[in-house]
Amino acid sequence: MSWWSKHKIFETNSIVLLVGILIVVSIGGIVEIAPLFWLKSTVEKVQGMRPYTPLELAGRDIYVREGCYLCHSQMIRSLRDEVERYGHYSLAAESMYDHPFQWGSKRTGPDLARVGGKYSDEWHVLHLRDPRAVVPESIMPAYSWLAERKLDAKDVGENLATLKILGVPYSDEMVENASADFNAQVDPDGDGAEALQERYPKAQVRQFDGNPEFVSEMDALVAYLQMLGTLVDFATFDASGPNLR
Amino acid sequence: MARPEIDSVTGVETTGHEWDGIKELNKPLPKWWLWVFYACIIWSIGYWIAMPTWPLVSDFTKGMLGYSQRTVVANSLANARAAQSGFLDKIAASDLAGIKADPALLQFSLAGGAAAFGDNCAPCHGRGAQGAVGYPNLNDDNWLWGGTLDDIHKTLQVGIRSGHEDARDNAMPAFGRDQILEPGQISDVTDFVLSLSGGDANAEAAARGKVIFAEQCAACHGEDGKGSIELGAPNLTDRIWLYGGTRDAITDVIRNSRAGVMPAWKERLPPETIKQLAVFVHSLGGGQ
Repeated sequence: MSWWSKHKIFETNSIVLLVGILIVVSIGGIVEIAPLFWLKSTVEKVQGMRPYTPLELAGRDIYVREGCYLCHSQMIRSLRDEVERYGHYSLAAESMYDHPFQWGSKRTGPDLARVGGKYSDEWHVLHLRDPRAVVPESIMPAYSWLAERKLDAKDVGENLATLKILGVPYSDEMVENASADFNAQVDPDGDGAEALQERYPKAQVRQFDGNPEFVSEMDALVAYLQMLGTLVDFATFDASGPNLR
Repeated sequence: MARPEIDSVTGVETTGHEWDGIKELNKPLPKWWLWVFYACIIWSIGYWIAMPTWPLVSDFTKGMLGYSQRTVVANSLANARAAQSGFLDKIAASDLAGIKADPALLQFSLAGGAAAFGDNCAPCHGRGAQGAVGYPNLNDDNWLWGGTLDDIHKTLQVGIRSGHEDARDNAMPAFGRDQILEPGQISDVTDFVLSLSGGDANAEAAARGKVIFAEQCAACHGEDGKGSIELGAPNLTDRIWLYGGTRDAITDVIRNSRAGVMPAWKERLPPETIKQLAVFVHSLGGGQ
């Protein structure tokens, strides 16, 4: 009677088989997934990363709502042609405050991980309104309504508080001032800009859509796009050393 | 264990498993398949030793070959740089006129510049550098901030109203929005500006507009409307219009002003690439 003939127990008892499957699958999970939560090199420490400002976060929500990730990735792979075209390869830390991340898996359009600062605000507004006006060969849909839709700041505080529960390091001060910061980012002459930049270093404060009358969805989306990939200070980043993989 | 049972129909051993009177034949995997499977297991052991594999408590096994994707990409970038170093080192050391004077360097720069242009500049200036409303055509000899090699190079490096500390910058007042001029006066100035390039203008209105132009606009655009490259003020006497040459378009610019932005590329692209771009753009047709 060999040990292998014991498999009859599994084959004739579905509950035992189920428990057996769970145990085997768990071993795979424990070995392959669980260590990612404690390995120091999974998300390496970098200088410059900060949580999104309330306006950028609202822009990110629009990015997700419109399904931009279906055609645009935010993940520059460590391959020569990608690094030469898009810039430094993406780091895990750059999407650590993303819930969910926007790496994407398909590039009908270009990668957007470092699109921030590459084009002017005006270009983004023109391009989102009518992509063919600036890039005749583009097949991107037009998002002309974004500039006309008013975005209000009433639930940004809750939005930040929710992300805080998920582990994004928003301070109480950031949550309290969410709606003020939201409006301050499109008001370069206002009083709130300085406080905003103190809470969120490198935050860009401008009239993103060029319309001072109200904060539009266009403002938020362009603010988000102009921030992408601009936070990490690569002067202090060491690609080898403890982060090598 | 009992002797295996032979199925009477096929003459093949059964596994002894039986469900509702149906028995399972014992059909082992083909031998070649099984040996490939065992070979894979042996291969994987070699792989564990050679390559980064197992996660540990605070680190992971690095493998004897020291493989890392980051090293691979760093090496491939360094190799590419080394392969082109014969040209790139000379480009880094040479000034722009020197690059243009050396046929080999010029050819290399035009090819490299064209590639970088497609990646970085074409979304605004167009694939053929033909420009669009708000984005200058780079094929003509009309330059807002100068069309010499050095001018183009500087514009590429620091940008226009880019936020860079040395950026090229100027600001046209919004004569209507900020209520510097009355609507009637703006209309007169529009007529005068139209008349400068031989457009369809009311001569009487243009004559009134000329006086206002001399007071309000001439400081930058010049008494004769020919503009100033130093100030980045466009020439209004040609028929080249960045934001359109219709009456409505011109009125709109006078009323609300315009302030196009070009990003600074100094921090974003390597200096050799910016030099190649300058030579490429200069070659497009209208270099001065």
